[in-house]
Amino acid sequence: MRPVWTVATNAFREAVRDRVLYNLVFFALLMIAASILVGQISIGIEQTVIVSLGLTATSVIGLMIAIFIGVGLVSKEMDRRTLYALLAKPVQRWQFLIGKFIGLVMTLAVNTAVMAAGLYVALWMVKHPLERNDAYVLLAVYLILLKLAIIVALALLFSCVTTPFLAILFTFGIYVAGVFAQDLRTVQAVNISPSSMRLMRGISYLLPNFENFNVMGAVAHGEPVAWALLWQATLYAILYCALVLAAAAAVFSRRNLK
Amino acid sequence: MALCAFLPVGFAGVWQLQNKIDEQREAMLLERQEVLLWPGSVVKKLSLEYAPLAGAIYWTRAVQYYGESHRLSQGKLELLWPLLDVATTLDPHLLVAYRFGSTFLSAPFPTGAGQPDLAIKLLERGIKENPDYWRFYQDMGNVYYFDMKDYPKASQAFAEGSKHPHAFIWMKVMAAKIAAEGQSLETSYFLWRDIYQTTVDKTVKENAARHLKIVKAQLDLRELNRLADEFEKRRKLRPTQESDLQQAGLMNGVPVDPEGFPYVWGLGGNAQVNPNSPLAKEKEFQKK
Amino acid sequence: MCMSQYVIETENLSKEYPYGFLHLKKKTSLEGLNLQVEQGEVFGFLGPNGAGKSTTIKLLMRLIFPTSGTARILGKSIEDVSMHQDVGYLPEQPYFYDYLTAAEVLDYFARFHKLRAADRRARVDNMLKKVGLETAKKIQLRKYSKGMLQRVGMAQAILHDPKVVVLDEPMSGLDPLGRREVRDIILELKKEGRTVLFSTHILSDAETLCDRVGVIVGGKLQGVGTPGEIVGIKARGMEILFEFTGEAKSLPLLSSATKTGELYRVQVAEEQLYSALDQLKAAQARIQSVAQIKPTLEEFFMNLVAADRAQANAVEVSGK
Repeated sequence: MRPVWTVATNAFREAVRDRVLYNLVFFALLMIAASILVGQISIGIEQTVIVSLGLTATSVIGLMIAIFIGVGLVSKEMDRRTLYALLAKPVQRWQFLIGKFIGLVMTLAVNTAVMAAGLYVALWMVKHPLERNDAYVLLAVYLILLKLAIIVALALLFSCVTTPFLAILFTFGIYVAGVFAQDLRTVQAVNISPSSMRLMRGISYLLPNFENFNVMGAVAHGEPVAWALLWQATLYAILYCALVLAAAAAVFSRRNLK
Repeated sequence: MALCAFLPVGFAGVWQLQNKIDEQREAMLLERQEVLLWPGSVVKKLSLEYAPLAGAIYWTRAVQYYGESHRLSQGKLELLWPLLDVATTLDPHLLVAYRFGSTFLSAPFPTGAGQPDLAIKLLERGIKENPDYWRFYQDMGNVYYFDMKDYPKASQAFAEGSKHPHAFIWMKVMAAKIAAEGQSLETSYFLWRDIYQTTVDKTVKENAARHLKIVKAQLDLRELNRLADEFEKRRKLRPTQESDLQQAGLMNGVPVDPEGFPYVWGLGGNAQVNPNSPLAKEKEFQKK
Repeated sequence: MCMSQYVIETENLSKEYPYGFLHLKKKTSLEGLNLQVEQGEVFGFLGPNGAGKSTTIKLLMRLIFPTSGTARILGKSIEDVSMHQDVGYLPEQPYFYDYLTAAEVLDYFARFHKLRAADRRARVDNMLKKVGLETAKKIQLRKYSKGMLQRVGMAQAILHDPKVVVLDEPMSGLDPLGRREVRDIILELKKEGRTVLFSTHILSDAETLCDRVGVIVGGKLQGVGTPGEIVGIKARGMEILFEFTGEAKSLPLLSSATKTGELYRVQVAEEQLYSALDQLKAAQARIQSVAQIKPTLEEFFMNLVAADRAQANAVEVSGK
């Protein structure tokens, strides 16, 4: 039995027993319910509002879970010293880290599935037979999940490097930067020197490009999502997560516990 | 116990106070500077990945702004363009916003903001972002035809729209008709009827219904005057009574306008809208 | 692979912590530790708080990394994580996932060892019985008392039948009953032929349990040996307890005696015992008891600590 899987299932169990998680998911479902009301205020865009609001709720709540619980995965164990007994077992530190990552991603998968279900219920209540195009909402949720996986990896990395508070700040900062990474790459301005341009382009590749996973605009209007985008985004997420987790493992492997 | 009694009483107090404050603020006629009415590009950056949702919110605010401005009768709908501008910058695919904007930006005050040039600007963006949606060309044609009275451009818009594979055939017909005749009541009636039948927007529908009644009345008046000419040929005088034409055998029944009021004959023997009819208030039927 | 005869051995193991502005200053918490623990013995690691006991144990369990030096357990380098299959560890003031029950925690930790599912379940049940937590096994750890947590810690340390058991302050925070239980477990482990290394600052435990004791003060190992060896077998003299109600000048011994209530206590060298007794007899003092003074680990210890502090002060005064 691989130690990674043992740690992962325990991390999942820990998240499931965490009351905070339920509050957050409940809040998201509340937002989705509210979207039905909001949709009735604005004419002609009921579906757009429900899908936009639903995806926003899923994304924002997922983000909060990914950052706050993600940072706590390692730092809570280090603070509370639950890690001591564990690392004295025949398990490598990187196995512990990957296990925690997988556990939280599994938790997030369940959460986003619940929120997607809520979204579909709201959609169904507003327009009774659901159309084929409504399936694209599921793809949008999947892409959000990929984005959240990257956030979890980043949260893990920062929590191995610095205090929990700063880790939360940095992870959120990288999230915002990642949202604008696309713009950074295509920036056109007169006063920027070519070397600065190159630097900005380089940074834009280093940052996680979250625009890759954002199809809210298309899906809210019932437009399709290309299959190519799906598997390319999946590959990107896997690769990026692997890089970040490798860095985290390297740092964590040589870290002196308190 | 005292605490339990305090809570509902306290809350009632808050409620009352809030009502007073609301009244006070309305009485102060504060120009309701819309908060967060920054340029569209700024709002787009601020909304991170959630721009479509923000767009929907701004669109909702635009609709409410339009609805309330009639109630409060303040200003001349100056904020309609900025709100629609931001909404469509945030979500370029918000088709309803472009359509709503094209009607109510270009229509003259008090129906709209009286800014047809901005309506055209909005529609041009709509076309650029949604090249498959031919209806925008129709809207553009309407703006040029009704509000800017620029018939060559109107014809051009309809012609351009008719090139789309899904466009209805009448677009091409309309392009030709306007190019040939300029303004005509039949054209106007047709265009308004199409808007009325195809729109999902309640406000736009009401607006179209109103205009339909006006044009119908205009068509009726034209037909009545033609019959009056016929009457004059036979009786050597113009009709004066509502029932004159009927008695002369030129009509069955007394002609009534779309609001149900009988048409009357003016001093010059020309048909007119009944002064008691709501249609009399429309500027098309005002005496010059 | 050469098999070392020692179960645990360290070679010049050192740990420095940088601190201060820009981490320029260094605090040495362990200096050049050379330690050997033999197969099947109970080794006590003795020292005051902050002496380096926990540091050493954490270094051995690879929770922190040495600044220099090496160490081996069961002949394998401490870098070899697979060695942990045969090692059990109880951390100081253990704390476990409070959302799990005792049974779940033990099962979780057990999964890291190569045990079959049925075997694992049986062992978990056994352990719970052994440490007396069977009735509480379905209760979440957040409701456990300190003593109960310590028992869970002990259970997870020995569940997998380790050859070596390392316990960091296993008695801390326990009531006398709990201490007794831990003591019994340690003795049982010894009977089963396992090697036990435990750290403590409670001297009596070391005296009664250990085959050998290592005393560490100020990051340096001061001495290793049996408890008796450390303090030296030489008795320091005799102590006489007596009652005396007569005049002071008839008993010159009084000047070197201390009085507690009605009782006097005086210490004399072994050679002078009989002359002292004669003095007392002459003065008609009532003798309560005569006992041999054996220096205890405690005194040896206190002297060491005092000496170490004096040295530290001297160093501070004189500058680095």
